[in-house]
Amino acid sequence: MNEMSQGFIQAIKLIVSSDPELWQIVLLSLQVSGIALFVSSTIGIPAGAFLALSRFTGRRLLIVFLYTGMGFPPVVIGLFVYLLLSRSGPLGQIESQLIPRLFTPGAMILAQTIIAFPMVAGFTMAAVLGVDPKIRLQVRALGATRWQTTVATLSEARVGVLVAIVAGFGSIISEVGAVMMVGGNIENKTRVLTTAIVLETRKGAFELAIALGIILLWLTFMANFVMLRLQGRTVDE
Amino acid sequence: MNNPIYQLHNIRQLYRKREVLQVDQLEIYPGEILALVGPSGAGKSTLLRLLNFLEPPSEGRIIFHGTTFRQGKEMPTSLRRRVTTVFQQPYLLNRTVAANVQYGLRLRKNPNSHALVEAALAQVGLDHLAQQRARTLSGGEGQRVALARALVTQPEVLLLDEPTANLDPYNVGMIEKIIAETNREQKTTVVLVTHNVFQAKRLAHRVALMLDGSIIEINDVDTIFESPSDPRTAAFIGGKMVY
Repeated sequence: MNEMSQGFIQAIKLIVSSDPELWQIVLLSLQVSGIALFVSSTIGIPAGAFLALSRFTGRRLLIVFLYTGMGFPPVVIGLFVYLLLSRSGPLGQIESQLIPRLFTPGAMILAQTIIAFPMVAGFTMAAVLGVDPKIRLQVRALGATRWQTTVATLSEARVGVLVAIVAGFGSIISEVGAVMMVGGNIENKTRVLTTAIVLETRKGAFELAIALGIILLWLTFMANFVMLRLQGRTVDE
Repeated sequence: MNNPIYQLHNIRQLYRKREVLQVDQLEIYPGEILALVGPSGAGKSTLLRLLNFLEPPSEGRIIFHGTTFRQGKEMPTSLRRRVTTVFQQPYLLNRTVAANVQYGLRLRKNPNSHALVEAALAQVGLDHLAQQRARTLSGGEGQRVALARALVTQPEVLLLDEPTANLDPYNVGMIEKIIAETNREQKTTVVLVTHNVFQAKRLAHRVALMLDGSIIEINDVDTIFESPSDPRTAAFIGGKMVY
């Protein structure tokens, strides 16, 4: 108990003292998860809307895959990306700027994008399916094109879409297995909040681990707080 | 009489192989109010969806301003935007009242949308609620917003699907007055679906009775009410039809 309270005090001191190592870890975490969230949302929101609004052969199978992806262990995705990018893997042999190398932030972004995508797409699909189909009919009747109808439907589902983004963020900012595997937790290069917490705990440096934990919690809280602000008054109705 | 704005030929509409609408011939003329009356399941709302080009007919064709709408052929957006529908439920977007009314104008990139929205809301007596969230309105207010949202786009054809069902007499009276004024002053063609034969009598120039997906009789309002040619029309108007 004493160790914990000592750890908290030390943690607060570390945060206040603007320790450069600490802030580098925080910054890299935000960069990796931020970019991964942006990419997965850019693909996942249209994909979720498409699955909700379209009818085609194989749609149900795709939805089953998507739901499976939502519950997929991140460490398995880490393994998949590792094998994909390793020297003997299908992408590891290709020399291209577009393909990230293992143990780089690029590999971590790829893994986190794959983890967040089914969350964003799945929750978006559920949110869009929750919009009364008659609203779409009404919007069409007012002269909307198919694209404008989709945009209006997404706008009606905006609370759910924001929840999808929040869920996607939550699934990656707190994720440790995949980033550890493909990033390698290399100091000053691929060390992020979660992997640093694991390392510092193993070393017995609890104050730094607690400081990192507090920052991780604070970041998650702030991200959700901003999302709630974005949802605006809709949440209260 | 003017040239028809709509010409329907051999229309059949099937849902899961079940025929819900068959209209061999129907012409709708500019500036008229045509009431479609009949019991539930008669195909009135289906016909309205076809007239708004929301779904293509399974068979047959609809000619609107010389352009054919049929299976596998979309109606150009510019022509679709000359027609709009007010449904039985207002289906308001989760925005303010003003934003709802503005929606159709934004789709059309109309630069005078603010002034037009103000005028449309004043017309339906709801200008004081412009900034209120639309979903907090009562049923009658919501339906008036839906009517304003449709009228603000100045449609050539206004399709109304039971617009006053379940509303109180004040709102019914107000909506009927606006429909009549719009038709008279803007020369807007109106197709009104209603269960209420008295509403049809009050508003329409022509009335069509629909039963089981077919038009049984169509005629001017006086003829339909005073000397219907089909006994089923007489039974429906007289409130004696069992369905």
